[in-house]
Amino acid sequence: VLLSMADDEAVLGWTDSEWTGIAPLLEEDVAMSSLAQDELGHAQALYGLLAFLPGGADPDAIAYDREPADYRHARLLDHGRGDWAMTIARRFLYETADAVRLDALATGSWTPLAELVGKIAREERYHRMHIGAWLTRLAEARGEPRDRLLGALEVLGPDAGTVFTPLPGESALVEAGILAAPMAELETRWRAALEPDLRRLDLPLPPPTADRVSGRTAHGSAFADLHAAYTSVRRSDPGATW
Amino acid sequence: MTTATTSEAAVRAILARVPDPELPVTSVVDLGMIHSVQVGAAGIEVTVLPTFLGCPALEVILGSIRDALTPLGVPVEVRTTLAVPWTSERISAEGRRALAVAGIAPPSDPADLRCPHCDSARTVLDNAFGPTQCRSLHYCPDCRQPFEAIRVM
Repeated sequence: VLLSMADDEAVLGWTDSEWTGIAPLLEEDVAMSSLAQDELGHAQALYGLLAFLPGGADPDAIAYDREPADYRHARLLDHGRGDWAMTIARRFLYETADAVRLDALATGSWTPLAELVGKIAREERYHRMHIGAWLTRLAEARGEPRDRLLGALEVLGPDAGTVFTPLPGESALVEAGILAAPMAELETRWRAALEPDLRRLDLPLPPPTADRVSGRTAHGSAFADLHAAYTSVRRSDPGATW
Repeated sequence: MTTATTSEAAVRAILARVPDPELPVTSVVDLGMIHSVQVGAAGIEVTVLPTFLGCPALEVILGSIRDALTPLGVPVEVRTTLAVPWTSERISAEGRRALAVAGIAPPSDPADLRCPHCDSARTVLDNAFGPTQCRSLHYCPDCRQPFEAIRVM
């Protein structure tokens, strides 16, 4: 669960950081960079927790030294940066799912994770407000903005539920009281959480998740390029410190 | 013995002069980032509350605290904890005043936010995200100045 969350946040952070300098508005340049910085901060803290577990490695090594196939982020985040509508649609689907997942971990029995989740949730609240406002703005604009948003939801829809791909060993986490409910149950809560906004804006709910097995292991082709980009500095001089 | 002469109050007085590199007008004490200070036979242990998880200033701050306490000549350990979440309410009255003087509005409900330049209550949110993770961008239509505010967390 730690690796899947950390990889989700890292991949989303790296993807959205591509907007720095080229967002549609100067304000969004600043906002999207800040959002991306938050996600990378969350990923760093989650990789840090992983590092403490038996067999844990240096957080930077976990973040940068794995092959693309060893990342465990959801395929929802694997469609490349795309246009602005794609960015907003992806974030809306993901942030809503992340909130459900954070909720299910916040009262967990493992204190270091529960504390970290509480801290992350405080920051994510601002993200949801910001993205929710953009979703409304695009959906209520007639013509191209709404068409692009509908197009993005159509592309992302089938993969949206991959955030809740069942995790190996999740029943043990539920039994230990670390995770409040299995992923399948969290997916139901997420669909219920999406509904009011999507209905109000007359937008389609994501279709049922087609792939319930390999949603975190079979990555889209865009990820290979992203991975090559964000590991390039580290690969250029392995083991360097600064 | 050096340890006997180092008191918690002395350590806190030193910390009160350690600035936040992104908000140099205030100290880590005024920003409410110090969770605890313990002075014992083994040395000094300072526990810090991170403000934002992705804040790149944190490592600098931990280093500055270590450097500031090193002259006391006892072992110094600086740790972080998330046991208590940092909130913008932890900023002291002195910290709020120093921020306002520097042109940064202290954290406040959007409805009560006042312009740090002319004290006008008519302010407009320009962007909920700003130049650092802890700041948002605003505009004052009365004195026609843009300004930053500490985000409510």
